[in-house]
Amino acid sequence: MPDAHWELYSHPSDIGIRGLGPTREAAFAQAAMALTAVITELQKVEPSQTVDIECREEDDELLFINWLSALLYEMDTRGMLFSRFEIEPIEGGIRARAWGEPVDVARHEPAVEVKAATYADLKVERTSDGTWVAQCIVDV
Amino acid sequence: MFADKLQRRGEAQWVIEPFGKMRVPVIVFADEGLIRDMDEQVYQQAANVAALPGIVQASYAMPDAHWGYGFPIGGVGAFDPDKGGIISAGGVGFDISCGVRALRTGLTLDQIKGNEKELADVLARCIPAGVGSEGKFKISGLEMDDMLQGGAVWAVEQGYGNRSDLARIEENGRMPGAEPRYVSDHAKQRQEKEVGTLGSGNHYLEVQRVSAIYNNDLAKAFGVGLNDITVMIHCGSRGLGHQIATDYLAKMIKAAQEEGIELADRDLACAPIKSDVGRQYYGAMCAGINCALANREVLTHLTRQAFAERFPRANLTLIYDVSHNTCKVEEHTIDGRKKKLYVHRKGATRAFGPGHPSLPRDLQATGQPVLIGGTMGTASFILAGTEQGMSLSFGSCCHGAGRAMSRSQATKRWKGKDIIMYLAQKGIIIKGASPRGIAEEAPGAYKDVTAVVDATDAAGLAKKVARLEPLICVKG
Repeated sequence: MPDAHWELYSHPSDIGIRGLGPTREAAFAQAAMALTAVITELQKVEPSQTVDIECREEDDELLFINWLSALLYEMDTRGMLFSRFEIEPIEGGIRARAWGEPVDVARHEPAVEVKAATYADLKVERTSDGTWVAQCIVDV
Repeated sequence: MFADKLQRRGEAQWVIEPFGKMRVPVIVFADEGLIRDMDEQVYQQAANVAALPGIVQASYAMPDAHWGYGFPIGGVGAFDPDKGGIISAGGVGFDISCGVRALRTGLTLDQIKGNEKELADVLARCIPAGVGSEGKFKISGLEMDDMLQGGAVWAVEQGYGNRSDLARIEENGRMPGAEPRYVSDHAKQRQEKEVGTLGSGNHYLEVQRVSAIYNNDLAKAFGVGLNDITVMIHCGSRGLGHQIATDYLAKMIKAAQEEGIELADRDLACAPIKSDVGRQYYGAMCAGINCALANREVLTHLTRQAFAERFPRANLTLIYDVSHNTCKVEEHTIDGRKKKLYVHRKGATRAFGPGHPSLPRDLQATGQPVLIGGTMGTASFILAGTEQGMSLSFGSCCHGAGRAMSRSQATKRWKGKDIIMYLAQKGIIIKGASPRGIAEEAPGAYKDVTAVVDATDAAGLAKKVARLEPLICVKG
């Protein structure tokens, strides 16, 4: 099984994010790193403050959208970027902690704002080698 | 599979007759060149829209159509509430009421020559743009609800903008039907610090010069002449609109399932117009429209302040303000009978023709000014709505250039620094955005806006009036 990692992939008008990992939660955490990478270079974001997030949704794919939407809400209202994530499963959803810091335009050079996570190309699944994949297109 | 079903119906009109689950035809407005480059996904998505309950006449794709979420960008669909018609959050999109406004400045090119750099600096300082930027003031609670009810009218009452602007905004600056109680707390919280912010991505504020006039009478009526300096502002309903779309897409996926509406893709999420979720979304979306109208009005106020610093004699007056991501209730004539329809325009501009009752008296003879935003290095256009367009496309036309290349392809091909240099050589100053952000928005990543506008004119959807070329571009 490959190590947990994230990818950005090409899309005609926007950009796709993909997280891969040994568990559903690991894939969600990796996808969240990809989400930040759409905006800035991940290693530029200091994990100095934490925010706790809980999401509930029975369907894995709808839960994934819910998780990304919750992160976008926290980023927007707190003016923060996040670079590290820990997620654990709870009944009917996930409980997560995100580490990050306030946006510093000069240092982070943010390229774009992400408006929303979309249902386009949305997939949360376990592949034949046991790797979990979580992906979708984000609107920027 | 769809492209070979296209039949040409005129110089710039193509049809796909209904097959499979389609209830109405797909009509594409484009010339041969644009059709050749049109993404097959546009036809697929327009055909999916044609299969939705209660759709009337046809599912339309404008000349700048490209792959969207659910509906294509550049898609228009009208639905009849009395025939089980639906309303779709995916048919409006994530940036509710994203739109463009254009202002005259009362200045001409020779008056600002030599002062462009200073003006660019002042604008960049006065206009909050980009990730993490905050507006000049904060609102919440009842004041937020007043803004969501009042739109640009609210902004003017607060001292941002001029009363004379209002007649030059769709719905006179205030969308009726807004119901802030159907907008979630999360959506409102996202807007607290974002009133009067530009955003990022393809949003911008440009100072432009009128570089060509195509129709003297209409240009005169709209108050623009060759080498006049204009300002164009492109932005939308910011975090509030994005959150309304996110909230209601999730609700409508479930609502569609419960109503037995088959969705070819989840981004088409919709609910019957005559249902609780449908009515609630309409009220929330109208509030989102008002949020965008207020936002552009506050930005106009900030732009006026910036111009006053450098050019005390400048007088910024609104040519018009259009929204290109909306669903509006409009009266249209179907088979000789007037019907109230829910017209979705996603990446499509309303383009009402002469004599339309919603236009102010001084635009009755000309038709609605239609504003088409281009890219940083090319041009934008002013057009005018036509009578013909009312029957061709429910009075709708294109909205911009439309992307031809993905963001990652663009960053692989260009560097932000090189683009800034290339544009500087053409006399265009770029302010604000990060190098990667600029590379993603490279002019070459878009379709040829001139071809899009020419096809719009040739199809009869709107008439070309003037061409505007950028001098200064403030990006988010």
